[in-house]
Amino acid sequence: MAREMVMDSTPEVLREYYRSVQSDLPTEEMVVNMGPQHPSTHGVLRMVLRTDGEMVQEAIPHLGYLHRCAEKIGESLQPFQYVPYTDRMDYVAGMNNNQTWALAIEKLAGLEVPPRAQAIRVIFAELNRIASHLVSVGSYGLDMGAFTPFLYCFREREMILDLFEATCGARLTYSYITPGGVTQDLPEGFVDRCREFLDYFEPKILEYNQLLSWNHIFVKRTSKVGVISLADALAWGLTGVCLRASGIRWDLRKVKPYDGYEKYDFEIPIGQPGGAPGVPQGVLVGDSWNRYFLRLLEMEQCVRIIRQALDQLPDGDVMAKKAKNIKLPDDEVYVETENPRGQMGFYVRGDGSTIPARVKARGPCFCNLSIATHVLRDILIADIPAIFGSIDVVMGDVDR
Amino acid sequence: MTKTVQRVITALQEAFPDVDFAVAPLLAGRRPEEEQVCVRVPPTRLAGVMRFLYEDRRCRFEQLCDLTCVDYLNFPEATDRFGVTYALLSLTLGHRLWVKCFVNDPDPEVPSATGIWQGANWLEREVWDMFGVRFTGHPDLRRILTWEGFPAHPLRKDYPLRGRGERENYEVIHRDSA
Repeated sequence: MAREMVMDSTPEVLREYYRSVQSDLPTEEMVVNMGPQHPSTHGVLRMVLRTDGEMVQEAIPHLGYLHRCAEKIGESLQPFQYVPYTDRMDYVAGMNNNQTWALAIEKLAGLEVPPRAQAIRVIFAELNRIASHLVSVGSYGLDMGAFTPFLYCFREREMILDLFEATCGARLTYSYITPGGVTQDLPEGFVDRCREFLDYFEPKILEYNQLLSWNHIFVKRTSKVGVISLADALAWGLTGVCLRASGIRWDLRKVKPYDGYEKYDFEIPIGQPGGAPGVPQGVLVGDSWNRYFLRLLEMEQCVRIIRQALDQLPDGDVMAKKAKNIKLPDDEVYVETENPRGQMGFYVRGDGSTIPARVKARGPCFCNLSIATHVLRDILIADIPAIFGSIDVVMGDVDR
Repeated sequence: MTKTVQRVITALQEAFPDVDFAVAPLLAGRRPEEEQVCVRVPPTRLAGVMRFLYEDRRCRFEQLCDLTCVDYLNFPEATDRFGVTYALLSLTLGHRLWVKCFVNDPDPEVPSATGIWQGANWLEREVWDMFGVRFTGHPDLRRILTWEGFPAHPLRKDYPLRGRGERENYEVIHRDSA
């Protein structure tokens, strides 16, 4: 079978082809260790691969290298003191984690958040979503051997981080969104600076597409690789981009709006088959390319939401009254939000004191990564970074 | 309680008339449309109830969002020690349900849900690792976040925040003896 024919065939045919090559050239099974310092594992994940020549027969992930017992710590601190720990779960999207924690405590304690604080939260959550997707897109290009997009993505991300720094003083671990609202009001001139950034950033998305998304080599490396069917995605508990790439329009910002997302007009992009506008031929719904491309489409929507939120920004307080020393009732609550990587959930059980009796963080990456045992099977070793990078895990969120 | 959740509860009560589901909101006394409904299922019936919730067309819970456990050791009124909590979600019907299953020492055991939702695999391993609740029928029940041979289940309430299990208590392995 010619190389070109192989590349344009379906995954089943492809798999069969590789098997036939293997049977021509029987090799011994070998166990290879990958990580925990391997650059394409994006952190400290270790995988044990059972390989037959170039084929991976089974990949067994070993987690826990970054486990900090965040849940146990949460059960010994007041909700306010726990905010910085949520930053360090999914450390690429600190704002979104802060927001989830804040929403959980507010719902449990019955705090009302002022409208200005809600709008600020939306602005920062969406800015952080852009920043997080930029890291993901840039480093995915790096995994696939494209160095330049990474530099471009980080150039733009730097501007978002500057906006964050001007507002709360931190560039990675913000602790800005806290139960009751946000810690401080926007700095002077923020709205104009933010608009300036959006005007600068919006055309850049096309640049990334021309540079990476529609690059012939990149498309060949990522299309038809790691196809996750919708049934699999649901059964394995996938959320966020990984779920939507498999072709279902499910986003908590639309389905179950929080912090006033119902006020904004935006769309939920989903995975498209090859031939659809902007989608190269040969791409399948639920493959690595679609997961990657959805992040770029989402960034466009983020810009839309932020523009609307800046236009409608109400005046007033940014912190609820009586938000300090909250007594948590003897009750429980489960709150989830749409983080850049998927659905982040906090389960909090109060016992009448100021310290929660149980805190459970449902990290989106933990569930998204669990499908690795299923997808990383009968594939080439070189496809592992392609699949792994497209799922986009942050190990801080997996291990917590 | 929304209408679709009400339908789920009715379906459950019809299918399992002998089980007392103790239907209650997760968070009491809030707006009804935001209510998170929780049902209680004894461990002996859990496998059947879960299968029903997955298959019945009024329920259709395609996704297991979350699986966690609560240690009720320090709750004076609690009669059971561990509450294994399942957060279920139906994307087609757009409703959610929380299922709680209480188990006790010395051998807390719950049937595994991996046969229904494969995603339960790691979540159950995490609960086993952190709480020591065994999931019968799990294909690969190993520790996940701590290492094999770790002597305790750290999220249990009788596991201290400091002291036991700290680094200095572990034997130092030198290069020659390794």
